[in-house]
Amino acid sequence: MHIEKDLVAASSTPLVLGILAEGESYGYAILKRVNDLSGGRMQWTDGMLYPLLHRLERLGYVSSAWGTSDVGRRRKHYAITPAGREALAEKQKQWSVVADALKQVWQAAQQPPAVAEGWA
Amino acid sequence: MEQRTGLEAQIDHWRWYVLRRQAISSADVDEMEDHLRERIAELRASGLDDEEAFLVAIKRMGSLDAISREFALEHSDRLWKQLVFVPDGVDVAGARPWRELAAVLGLAVGAGVAVKVGLAAFDEGSALMRNVALLVFPFLAGYFAWKRRLTARVVAALVIPFLLLAVVLNAYPFEPFRSTEVLAALHAPVLLWLLVGLAYVGGRWRSDGRRMDFVRFTGELVIYDALIALGGGVLVGLTAGVLSLVGVDFEPVLEDWVLPLAVPGALVVAAWLVEAKQNVIENIAPVLTRIFTPLTIVMLLTLLGALATTGGLVEVDRELLILMDAILVLVLCLLLYSISARDSLAAPGFFDGLQLVMVVAALAVDAVMLGAMLARIAEFGTSPNKVAALGLNILLLVHLAWAAWLSLGLLQHRRPFAELERWQTRYLPVYGAWAGVVVVAFPPLFGFA
Repeated sequence: MHIEKDLVAASSTPLVLGILAEGESYGYAILKRVNDLSGGRMQWTDGMLYPLLHRLERLGYVSSAWGTSDVGRRRKHYAITPAGREALAEKQKQWSVVADALKQVWQAAQQPPAVAEGWA
Repeated sequence: MEQRTGLEAQIDHWRWYVLRRQAISSADVDEMEDHLRERIAELRASGLDDEEAFLVAIKRMGSLDAISREFALEHSDRLWKQLVFVPDGVDVAGARPWRELAAVLGLAVGAGVAVKVGLAAFDEGSALMRNVALLVFPFLAGYFAWKRRLTARVVAALVIPFLLLAVVLNAYPFEPFRSTEVLAALHAPVLLWLLVGLAYVGGRWRSDGRRMDFVRFTGELVIYDALIALGGGVLVGLTAGVLSLVGVDFEPVLEDWVLPLAVPGALVVAAWLVEAKQNVIENIAPVLTRIFTPLTIVMLLTLLGALATTGGLVEVDRELLILMDAILVLVLCLLLYSISARDSLAAPGFFDGLQLVMVVAALAVDAVMLGAMLARIAEFGTSPNKVAALGLNILLLVHLAWAAWLSLGLLQHRRPFAELERWQTRYLPVYGAWAGVVVVAFPPLFGFA
């Protein structure tokens, strides 16, 4: 399923922060987690994750450290910071409001007659 | 197995391609490579072959332009190609960059102290002149020996000629400041520089590519050293200015301490800077060749015109030969550095033609002067200085003449560029051999005159 660019951009920060709140991770694993969480319906462009992670790092929401993978390659691990948790909580509030509003609107849309009556 | 190497080659090529984006640093590429490899591994596990897995993984990575743009937004500073001496958080063994900085500073101080001690130990000026290069050399070569983790054999190949040279320079009964001594002191650094080259290439002196790297390194080092000297000069000037206002004479301190310690130290630091920035900034020497090649042609044509209209040389002496050698060295450097930066697969173009014009003009000027000089030597006999200058002139002449011939072949599409490139690197040891002759054979031949 194709999801619009703007929506992907808006949701990527809370998603990444949320995944990192589950525990330290690295780029590829974060993408896999996004894939799992959305049942494979959200597909990001792989490369775009890295500028995003760097931006979050600059904002102080995540910290990074170089480590090694199990096959011995250099790998950069990211962890959420306290500031990142605060940002995540804030985002969560915002998205709850949006999701809540959307949910009501979807429900209302499913019952057009009732709405029509209400207006009448 | 072959397939694996094919994949490695593809990943290498991808890396190279990504690295050309200025906004993406090599650490970012490392990060993305790890990602790419993991994606490929997963795709292969699901049954794709290397080729397919690579293509899908690249496709999933997305457009490099878009990624590069995102990185650029995030790291606009990188577009200025910042030079990062101690990259933070880039190395797993975090201590390494700092260790290198410490080693370099240690060696720089060591070189300065060695020269300072030399100043005190050799009371007669000419002994210091002979030995100053010997004093600095171990620190510079030591840096590369450490950096390249040289094998014992290569270290021996550095130490033995160094010791032999030290013995020759100090055991010969030189007359202070006579020609043979001055010549030996001038030519010893050439030999030592080739030894530095041996350390620089990590003992792989047969490799033309590595030799060319050393040529590039030399050019950049000269420029960096000049820049550091310029900056140092400004600092010294400001310090001296302020100190003179409070009635303190800075000059003795400058002569006794600052210069002996700072000049050799700056050389080591410059060498390290060139090493450190190798991957960060494009080389500046080739850029300068683009500017100075046309200007040099103008200079050479002016000289030719002057020689033709004034009806010959008024005074022919060794100064003229030395001047001519200097012009040929300049032309050679311009040629060498533009060759070092030229894409070896590019078709011959306008600039290659321009270079040929420059070399031919230099050869013409040299031929006029050399003719006059040979007549002069035939009339008045030889001296060590004349022979040394003449020898160098002939070496340069051969080098440039053959380079001109190969350039002509290149322009006519008869010869590949690689041949021209190889000629440059193959010829370099000849200068070392000549320097060796001047240092070792000249003094006894000319009776230490």
